[in-house]
Amino acid sequence: METETIKKSLTEREETQTDVAQIVSINRVSFADKLRAYMKRPFSFALLILVLIAAAVTVGAVAYVVLYALIQGIPHLKPSLFAWEWTTLNQSMLPALINTLLLAFFALLIAVPIGVFAAIFMVEYAKSTNAFVKIVRMAAETLAGIPSIVYGLFGMIFFVKLFGWGYCLLSGICTMAIMILPLIMRTTEEALKAVPDSFREGSFALGAGKLRTIFVIILPSAMPGIISGVILGLGRVVGETAALLYTAGSTCRVLGLMGDSRTLAVHMYLLANEGLHVGEAWATGVVLILLVVLINGLAEFVGNKLKKEYN
Amino acid sequence: MAEEAVRKKVKGDWKETAMKALFIVAAAAFIAALLVICAFIFVQSVPALKEVGVFEFLFSDKWNPGKGEFGIATMIVGSCYVTAGALVIGVPIGFLTAIFMARYCPRPLYRVLKPMTNILAGIPSIVYGYFGLRVIVPFIRDNFGGYGQSILACSIVLGVMILPTIISVSENSLRAVPKSYYEGALALGATKERAIFCTEVPAAKSGIMTSIILGLGRVIGETMAVVMICGNQTRFPDSILDGVRTLTANVVLEMSYVEMGSVHESALIATAAVLFVFILIITLLIALIRKSSR
Repeated sequence: METETIKKSLTEREETQTDVAQIVSINRVSFADKLRAYMKRPFSFALLILVLIAAAVTVGAVAYVVLYALIQGIPHLKPSLFAWEWTTLNQSMLPALINTLLLAFFALLIAVPIGVFAAIFMVEYAKSTNAFVKIVRMAAETLAGIPSIVYGLFGMIFFVKLFGWGYCLLSGICTMAIMILPLIMRTTEEALKAVPDSFREGSFALGAGKLRTIFVIILPSAMPGIISGVILGLGRVVGETAALLYTAGSTCRVLGLMGDSRTLAVHMYLLANEGLHVGEAWATGVVLILLVVLINGLAEFVGNKLKKEYN
Repeated sequence: MAEEAVRKKVKGDWKETAMKALFIVAAAAFIAALLVICAFIFVQSVPALKEVGVFEFLFSDKWNPGKGEFGIATMIVGSCYVTAGALVIGVPIGFLTAIFMARYCPRPLYRVLKPMTNILAGIPSIVYGYFGLRVIVPFIRDNFGGYGQSILACSIVLGVMILPTIISVSENSLRAVPKSYYEGALALGATKERAIFCTEVPAAKSGIMTSIILGLGRVIGETMAVVMICGNQTRFPDSILDGVRTLTANVVLEMSYVEMGSVHESALIATAAVLFVFILIITLLIALIRKSSR
């Protein structure tokens, strides 16, 4: 009698177990279900399609521009394009390349600390109702909107003429530093704001001071955002032509900080304008693009590494 | 022991104050930079405005430095058309792509897409300009007629140029929206699209607005790409296939051969000043919009 009930309960249990395995969860959505749901809400479906089309257009645009430049430029990448001295025969871009790197480095050296520090003040110290903060924000937004050619003109009036530096790398560096300030501040600000308040509270609760909290907890957490801002800034410096044409000058030689210097983008503009060296112009464009891709990759790599270390 | 701890604390406080002062100085540098730039651009444009007259300078469509005629009406109109065209193309695509990147994109695809938009951000404007000149301009010339160097060409090229700015800033702000907004909307029976467009997008509004401001700034400020593909004619355009000259193009075209200290030079700086005033108006408008939306 007893054994029978035990047997019975066992088989029952087995049955329930098999039942569990056969249960199909009710909230599993198949593709067909999704499609049906979308058909009931055509507006949502239309939005989905629009989003997908927009993404496809973006990808298409990137691919088209980059591939076209590569196909046009790579056949013309000859060793003579990287000769030490520029001549009318070889149209070497090496001096311009070196000038560009020098200019970008020094411009960032000036702009990044100021931009990041200002952002730290705006996010960590100031209350957003403060009049000073409002003015700074307004100034940053205005600076961000000022066209690069206006920066170029300002650089020419201020650094080239008033300071008497003439067309030189230093004039270009100072002009570019002012130009990328707002970009770096804004991206840093967004990155700092995205750090959850619990990080700050946790740090304070453990006895860390404000400064320690900022440099050890908040900045590392915000690092990817800050670095992406620096990348954008770097891209602007490397690719800038209008602001440098009348500040850094157009001599295709490396003459140091006080020398008239042509950067790579200005070099490409001059080649494109002459119309005589189409292939060389594209080759310069390819180098510009590759340079940017390389810098992007490196910066992102560093950003990820820092993030991992502090997590 | 206790004394040492106190001294340490005081030392720490000193450091805190010094760094705070440094942060304030960095923030103040923005105001200083803006003031100096304003002062120099406006002061240097006074001679031309005195010589020509403000009204004549702004509303005359005759630009002929050789004859002493300085009117920039055609360039103001040109700049407006090109900017509007670029925003019409760039903002919807960029905004929707940002949504795709933040909410739809599967991880493996994101790993490819994100660097791609970064590359787009890094491509120098001069490359875009050359691309426009060699690809877009001939395409328009062959398919739509006209000379090809036109408002349409500028709009397409500049529209693509502002994509990365709009995408990256909008995407970051969308990602900063707490997940609970999205989940709450879904729990109330909204579709994914409704949840995104009706709860997350309004929450990320300030970031999206910022992205558009940055994009707008880039379009208006764009010089090198525009000067190669806009045609540079100083006349009022009849259609989007006509060439125009923008304010920026005017400055960069003529600055290279202008006589130092002449009225012509001052007129070019005044052109930049007008551009500057446009930027100020736009910044102000956007600040007002943001204030009223709060």
